[in-house]
Amino acid sequence: MLDFPAWKVWLIALVSALCVGLAVPNFFPESTVNNWPSFLPKSRLNLGLDLRGGSHLMLEAETSDVRKAKLEALEDSVRTELRDAKAPFADLSTANERLSVTITDPTTLDRAVEALRKLSSPTQGLTGVRDIEVNVVDGNRIVITETDAGTAEAIDSAMAQAVEVIRKRIDELGTREPTIVRQGTNRIVVQVPGLQDPEALKALIGKTAKLEFKLVDIAADPALAAQGRAPAGSQVLGFTDQPGAIVVKRRAIITGDQLIDAGLTTDQNGQPAASFRFDSNGGRKFAKATQDNVGKPFAIILDNKVISAPNINEPILGGSGIISGSFTTESANNLAILLRSGKLPVELKVVEERTVGPDLGADSIRAGTIAGIVAVIAVSLLMILTYGRFGIYAVLALILNVFMILGLMSVGGFTLTLPGIAGLVLTIGAAVDANVLINERIREERRKGKGVVQSVEVGFRDATRTIWDANSLNIIVAIIMFLFGSGPIKGFAVVLAIGIATSVFTAVTVVRLMASNWLRTRRPVALAI
Amino acid sequence: MTLKLVPDNTNIGFVRLRYIAFALTLALTIGSLALLGIRGLNLGVDFVGGLTMEVEFKAPPPLDTLREQVDGLGVGQSALQEFGNARTILVRLPLPEGDQAAVQRVVSKVQTDLKAKYPGTEIRRTESVSGKVSGELIQGGLWAVGLSMLAVALFTWFRFEWHFGVSTVVALVHDITVTMGFFALTQLEFDLNIVAAVLTIIGYSLNDKVVIDDRIRENLRKYRSMDIGHIIDLSVNETLPRTVMTSVTLIAALLALLFLGPDVIFGFTAAMVLGIVVGTYSSIFVSSSLLISLGVKSRAEAPIERGERVVRAK
Repeated sequence: MLDFPAWKVWLIALVSALCVGLAVPNFFPESTVNNWPSFLPKSRLNLGLDLRGGSHLMLEAETSDVRKAKLEALEDSVRTELRDAKAPFADLSTANERLSVTITDPTTLDRAVEALRKLSSPTQGLTGVRDIEVNVVDGNRIVITETDAGTAEAIDSAMAQAVEVIRKRIDELGTREPTIVRQGTNRIVVQVPGLQDPEALKALIGKTAKLEFKLVDIAADPALAAQGRAPAGSQVLGFTDQPGAIVVKRRAIITGDQLIDAGLTTDQNGQPAASFRFDSNGGRKFAKATQDNVGKPFAIILDNKVISAPNINEPILGGSGIISGSFTTESANNLAILLRSGKLPVELKVVEERTVGPDLGADSIRAGTIAGIVAVIAVSLLMILTYGRFGIYAVLALILNVFMILGLMSVGGFTLTLPGIAGLVLTIGAAVDANVLINERIREERRKGKGVVQSVEVGFRDATRTIWDANSLNIIVAIIMFLFGSGPIKGFAVVLAIGIATSVFTAVTVVRLMASNWLRTRRPVALAI
Repeated sequence: MTLKLVPDNTNIGFVRLRYIAFALTLALTIGSLALLGIRGLNLGVDFVGGLTMEVEFKAPPPLDTLREQVDGLGVGQSALQEFGNARTILVRLPLPEGDQAAVQRVVSKVQTDLKAKYPGTEIRRTESVSGKVSGELIQGGLWAVGLSMLAVALFTWFRFEWHFGVSTVVALVHDITVTMGFFALTQLEFDLNIVAAVLTIIGYSLNDKVVIDDRIRENLRKYRSMDIGHIIDLSVNETLPRTVMTSVTLIAALLALLFLGPDVIFGFTAAMVLGIVVGTYSSIFVSSSLLISLGVKSRAEAPIERGERVVRAK
């Protein structure tokens, strides 16, 4: 039990030195660490938002929106396919998550179904499952619904795309190290450390930024429009910055998908405005639409609100233009960022938000550090007063333990949160407990009149079994906490799990090494314990 | 000479005291349940949804006036609570209906108003959780606690005997109930951090019980002729220095955290301190003595199994 072969001593020393070395970057300023040679460890402890200040947002996508959007996007393809198949149709519409169309000439029904089936594509995973289902009801109506597999795939790709769009937008804000991760099927967690103004963040990621250009329906009756009613094929929309409503054609002449750039500019009156440029395909489409409609007004629509509805004075051929309205420099720039980063494929709602001011974070770190130091001193005093030499061993092991936890958390990229600091203090308690168990056993053996060497040996052997029993249970609890807990509980569980592992190593193995070294070199006959 | 918190050769008749301990435990549990039923827990936004703002004032504000002012803003019924010191107030509001901008609107409305009336005021922290998410957080918390208990029961059963599993879980249920009763009594906010504290209490109370159970098992093998009552008393007394030393050390560390640590974890640390005191009590007085009532027998009392060779000392 107390014999340590040379290789074991070296291994223990190596593991300890390695873990402590990993903790070292935390004690130097970041700029110094960056200048170190590349073979040295550089990763620092990741501080949670509750410690450093910042914003945490959980966004949720309405999954039914994804389904609706996909079917609506299908409308155009259905129209094209049916025209190509020369099948006359009517009443093409999407409602209640079903796209339906009536085929007016029954003889063309089979052809139409055949053509529309081509629109479906196989989903990944199960063989033979397609993303949409094409069925015929009531003899001449074709109904297209999405399959569950198709919906899942659509949500999956929409969320992946949403993460990318949000990342682009936040990068534009110029903040450092944002974390943007998907959680579950339809959620995204955004964490931006050190952000002073969460409002700006939410203004940016909360917008779908769906840009559309639509013709104004000049034939519509303004009285009906005021009641919110529009002729078939048209819709009533409100303005972003003024009361009232305007009737526009439902079909967009062009959408923002084909934008390749947007920026801040000024209009002819010197007011801030957003400039945009289409890709060549979009530019051609835009040129044609404006050519055909010279003299008529069209509406520039963002997220179903009309920004402005200017007249088309002349065809816009170059594929670029400006959007002017009552913008400030900031709002025009924000619009440009939104247009540049592309539209969100689905609307996201904030379901959880936590913002911690930087002052509070700094206060918490300071208080936590002071409390930690006082705790270590109190524990050390108690241990040394109670167990003498073996108390000193325990304290040395304890300090090694704290360094090891910091080192492993730094290199593992784990985040230290406030409950994590509490977990750290508790781990100190667990490590102390292991030594208390060992030392109390040694005391008992000494009381029975056994020799020093034998007492220490039996003390370690008997206590180790108990320590393993107790700590395996704690590891189980920590794992359960990590799997089922959220946010703060997870941060706590991580520290606890790492701490339990390192504390068994330091409190049992390292202390045993120190004890055996003392016994071998000094051959003591008395032990104050 | 080294410090000894528990003198050598301490021999307290814990088993003899067990009916008093059982009565006390039962009283504490029922009292806590009553408190939980009558006063209820002051659940944080994590569990009921809503909006919390931690506001720091330059000087302690008059709470009644402040409440009227916030309620007068038309953002819903507010609840105010001092947080750590008299200058820092936790403002709780119902979650506003509508889009994500609504929360921000409420925050800025309150902020602007308070800053105008109390110059130098600062919003240090805001948290908002929607009803849907809070429901999931409750569910996650309950699962974590429930599964931990199950894991504990299974582990102790597997490692020892079923009696040990039952007595440990009974003691743990008591520890958790009393801790929650404390939160009902003080009306400290019960949030996700406190659930983490409850889980840790389970872990540490368990530690104590496993150590004692371990010793009971060892002594059952060692002293085959001793009756169970003496074995339990012997085991609890033998492990008493360790139980007390560990608890005192932990409490010393936690008290540092309680009084010097950040205000945000005050409730968390308070729960831990209480949980360790209660857990230590239940380990020493309840869970091991309960083994007798559950019918654990020593080798001397157990019927001799066929083929077993027994030497009984008299």
